[in-house]
Amino acid sequence: MKKAIFYLVLVFGALMFLYPFLWMITASLVPESDISSFSIIPSTISFNSYTQMFDKIPIGRALLNSILVASSVTAGVLVFGSMVGYALSRLEFKGRNLIFYVIIFTMTLPFQITLIPQYIIMVKLGWIDTYLALIVPYLMNALSIIMFRQYFKSIPQDLIDAARIDGCTELGIIFRILWPNAIPALVTVGIITFMASWNEVLWPLIVIRDEELMTMPQLVTLFVLGGRAESQLGVKLASATILALPIVLAYLFFQKYFIQSMASTGIKE
Amino acid sequence: MKKKVVPYLLVSPYIIHFLIFIAFPVIFSIVLTFHKWNIISPMEYTGFANYIRLFQDTLFLKSIINTLIFLVIHIPLQIIVALFLAEVLNQKIFLRGFFRAAFFLPVVVSGVVVTILWQQLYGFDTGLLNKILVTLGFGKVGWLIDPKIAMPSIAIMATWKNVGLYIVLFLVGLQTVPKHYYEAADLEGATHWQKFFKITLPMINPTIFLVVILSTVGGFSLFIEPYILTGGGPLNSTLSAVLYIYKQAFFYYHMGYSATLGLFFALIILSVVIIQKKFIEREV
Repeated sequence: MKKAIFYLVLVFGALMFLYPFLWMITASLVPESDISSFSIIPSTISFNSYTQMFDKIPIGRALLNSILVASSVTAGVLVFGSMVGYALSRLEFKGRNLIFYVIIFTMTLPFQITLIPQYIIMVKLGWIDTYLALIVPYLMNALSIIMFRQYFKSIPQDLIDAARIDGCTELGIIFRILWPNAIPALVTVGIITFMASWNEVLWPLIVIRDEELMTMPQLVTLFVLGGRAESQLGVKLASATILALPIVLAYLFFQKYFIQSMASTGIKE
Repeated sequence: MKKKVVPYLLVSPYIIHFLIFIAFPVIFSIVLTFHKWNIISPMEYTGFANYIRLFQDTLFLKSIINTLIFLVIHIPLQIIVALFLAEVLNQKIFLRGFFRAAFFLPVVVSGVVVTILWQQLYGFDTGLLNKILVTLGFGKVGWLIDPKIAMPSIAIMATWKNVGLYIVLFLVGLQTVPKHYYEAADLEGATHWQKFFKITLPMINPTIFLVVILSTVGGFSLFIEPYILTGGGPLNSTLSAVLYIYKQAFFYYHMGYSATLGLFFALIILSVVIIQKKFIEREV
């Protein structure tokens, strides 16, 4: 009896979380006049909303932009994060503790302070409407440094000493000795960074005006808010579906890693 | 020699990044608060004018209160729903992985998608929620058009989006509670609810506090939801502080004033988080 109530709660809960997404996909796939406010079974399939959307906005280009930006940011965070994390955990040098405390301090700093000055730096550097504005400010991330520092601490010193005796450089130690032994840390930092970059929308809204350079969340936001969707619901929902699709597909395949990564850091966007 | 230089070379990307994107902006934002500037014409020194304006700006005050209203509804709601679903999921459940994955789905999806979806759910005449209410014999609710209800509506939506993450955090917390506590309680004939309130809740206090801190910091940056859903309306009832700072800078080009608002608001966030941390350290 008690079990039955549990299952009832869970099924109802799952329905509440999945239904809106299923409805969105259905509504994007039926003719505009057939969109109902609840049905998730398409009456007839029509790709009209999608063809219209592709005509109106460069969504394919935005997809490529999003992939370029999120991949560059993730690669940068992994490389630089492990370099700094390695130095902080395994090398002795003056100022090491100072740098560590500065990193911790920056984690508590709300982004509202730096938002406007960072925009002005972008203007002064001439980076407005360039990929640089979307990528460079995100290449370094305090949380990832801390995570690599923690993880590298757990790797045996013998491994590093042996590599040094074999004449391995410090960079070689990081990327050829530590990386293969730090896959969980790389996966966690990689997933969180990629997702955060993929879903970021406030910063692109500030630094990008040129439609050809927009990432997907920004393009979809402006499309839905601006007049160009011409209050056609199907077209709006088609753009939202395309925006959700890549990350949902990745989530379906690597679900376990997504959940573990995000739970271990407590980070949402 | 080489040994001494290498560590500094390794940390140099961080130092350069820190100087350009954190240290300089923080200092520059303080300088900006004493100036009037629209980016195009030269900066004009105005002394404390921005600060005086800030303390007379009732709309800014309203945007802070709106953000606090959002937090006060969102955080407890999130904890109750997440704890409840985590407690149910923590039983021996068939298809547990599926349910967990379903609850987690909105967490990974862009806030833009979630907001577009809920705009439809919240529609006054055609929205699913009002259709259900009418079918059940209730009246329609002005989810996004009633100034009293619009912010709670956004808080409900944000809970729907984030709760999956907190379910997982609570599941981890629940698994740390030693099994023999429950076994002992069973021998005493305790009910399910007694066990929950007397054993589970005190044991997972640290997780609850973690959730409070995380959702406070997240909630203070509320922006894209009201930006898409309501534009801050109706009657500025969903104008969040970040949305107001954004509008001052990029609608009106009041860079100096916007920086002042940002600095002031960041100090509010820092003090709230510090107070929470102090409180938590005393409790745990």
